[in-house]
Amino acid sequence: MTIGAPSQAPDPTPTDVLATRSTAELIGSGQEGTVMDQARAYLQRVRHGEMGALPAIGGFVVLSIMFAILSPFFLTERNFANLLTQAATLVMLGMALVFVILLGEIDLSAGVTSGLTMCIFVVLVNVNGFNWMLALLIALLTGVAIGTFIGFFVARVGIPSFVVTLGLFLGFQGLELIIIGSGGLYRVQTPEILSIMNANMPVWAGWAMLAVILAVSLGTSLWDRARRTRAGVPNRTIALVWIKLGVILVIGGVVVALLSNDRGTGFKPVSGVPIVVPITLAILWAGTFVLDRTKFGRYIYAVGGNAEAARRAGVKVVLIRWTAFIVCSTLAVISGLFSISKVGSVDAAAGRDIVLSGVAAAVVGGVSLFGGRGRLLHAAIGALVIAVITNGLGLLNLPAGVNYVVTGAVLILAATVDAVSRVRAGGSLTRR
Amino acid sequence: MAEAPIIELTNIVKSFGPVSVLKGVNLRAYPGKVTALVGDNGAGKSTLIKGLAGVQPYDSGEVRFAGEAVHLHSPREASRLGIEVVYQDLALCDNLDIVQNMFLGREELGFGTFDEGLMEREAAETLRQLSVRTVSSVRQKVSSLSGGQRQTVAIARSVLKKAKVVVLDEPTAALGVAQTEQVLELVGRLAEQGVAVILISHNLADVFAVADYISVLYLGQMVASVKAEDTNRDDIVGYITGSKTYNGVQA
Repeated sequence: MTIGAPSQAPDPTPTDVLATRSTAELIGSGQEGTVMDQARAYLQRVRHGEMGALPAIGGFVVLSIMFAILSPFFLTERNFANLLTQAATLVMLGMALVFVILLGEIDLSAGVTSGLTMCIFVVLVNVNGFNWMLALLIALLTGVAIGTFIGFFVARVGIPSFVVTLGLFLGFQGLELIIIGSGGLYRVQTPEILSIMNANMPVWAGWAMLAVILAVSLGTSLWDRARRTRAGVPNRTIALVWIKLGVILVIGGVVVALLSNDRGTGFKPVSGVPIVVPITLAILWAGTFVLDRTKFGRYIYAVGGNAEAARRAGVKVVLIRWTAFIVCSTLAVISGLFSISKVGSVDAAAGRDIVLSGVAAAVVGGVSLFGGRGRLLHAAIGALVIAVITNGLGLLNLPAGVNYVVTGAVLILAATVDAVSRVRAGGSLTRR
Repeated sequence: MAEAPIIELTNIVKSFGPVSVLKGVNLRAYPGKVTALVGDNGAGKSTLIKGLAGVQPYDSGEVRFAGEAVHLHSPREASRLGIEVVYQDLALCDNLDIVQNMFLGREELGFGTFDEGLMEREAAETLRQLSVRTVSSVRQKVSSLSGGQRQTVAIARSVLKKAKVVVLDEPTAALGVAQTEQVLELVGRLAEQGVAVILISHNLADVFAVADYISVLYLGQMVASVKAEDTNRDDIVGYITGSKTYNGVQA
């Protein structure tokens, strides 16, 4: 076939083409077809390596079945509530780390950031008699300042984030020691903070929470569909919306129902969804909204995928990197808050051990350390997998060492799945 | 000349320290025409293009856009005028889909959030105007595309916002035979849309397949600007290597 000179070729004016063909006929948008077509397309994507959190969900189910068989306590309501509060700190830290991991960066200081800011919080409240809300605000602002500091050195100066945050990881442990004192320990005396992990919502509020989740999900789905219709592009079949709502209803319903049963051991009945659950879900929702629907979120993915392409497209790469570190450190403060609420005290080693579990949570959930791929929900699911290992092995009275060995094995397995799926998706094993 | 050039460079000079890279270069590109820019390595092609893109402004010389004198001192200014450059190493994000890549940096917003439907429609329309049939869905991830498809997306991205001048830097360098053909067809259709295309290529077969005009840079000077139909391969090779001198009227 010869390539005609432009003047000889037929002239397909836009209007003419519009009159004869709709957009959908020429180039699809992946939204067409029945539920079965969509399911096939999804399977196709999974086969091409876009597995998302599927391996983690599978792992969670398999581990849960295994522990349910091995321990009669695993499937009790009390253990279930316990699992959720055990996981919450890690879920929060994992979500914090997603913002920098999506850029292909790392924040090794996120754990000690949570610890250091909680040291500051507890000393301000216990020693200096600050109002707890003011102290919390100062802790959050300290998180912002730490993120600004890291972001400056990584995004502006150009030092690898591994090095900057490793330095802070060491330095902040020292600051914690200086603030708390060697061997020191402060009790958390703020009932509002303690109630995050230790108090429950009334039973009706749990169901109301589920209703709000369903309403928000339905609302955004319908809003998106209305927008697409206005733009004249096809929508996925509406059946998928109902399927999604059905899944939320079933999973959420089971969770709320289990938590609505009395799980007390003494005279006082204990029931309801722990307060930490709605807080975590709200942050998960807000973060996902930002990542999926705003320029800041899209540019995080773009910079993580190809920073040079993003720069040429006019994205302020330095600003995006910088802001992502600030978001990470600030969310790390909230994970620290969850942690002290659960533990009830702060010592000089606060947050020292948790950061690598946070990274593991993100990776196990399907967030790629190479950057550009992953969602907040993935880190939350990954954190649940790690929490279920800790929880289940604890019930089996196995030595603590086994916990670390199993968690490590799961992490390597997850990283392998990530690397292999990258190759199948057409990328290379090494970072380009 | 029937039509006025959309972009006209006159006596462009650029040096890096003591090294003089462009020594008074003239270049014109016409709407709806493909102007091939050829020359050996080090002739100054990249420098000339970077000036057009506003990345490295010229030291002196006149740039006229649609007859008006303009200063291309920043990429933003170039893109405001409608000058887009598609670089050789494609500036696409593998982890984003076609629509997201085409709109990267200029997303359509409504109520502060993405209007995905609008972006999807505009992307599909742009691809359709270029008669692209090689992609099945505008929501495909770029990682799943072939080299030719990626080049297609990069070119479509450049014309999404009604570009007047599109500079293609070696668009076929990394492609196989069939994909090269697809991309060259696309270059032709780009010109049909009224865009002035400046095509940089080392492959003279490609150049003669699509170019209306051929401009030859040799050691920082434009040694020939000719109509493709008035010349032949041997002459162009001669101008590129400096073994022949063009004596005709500069087209």
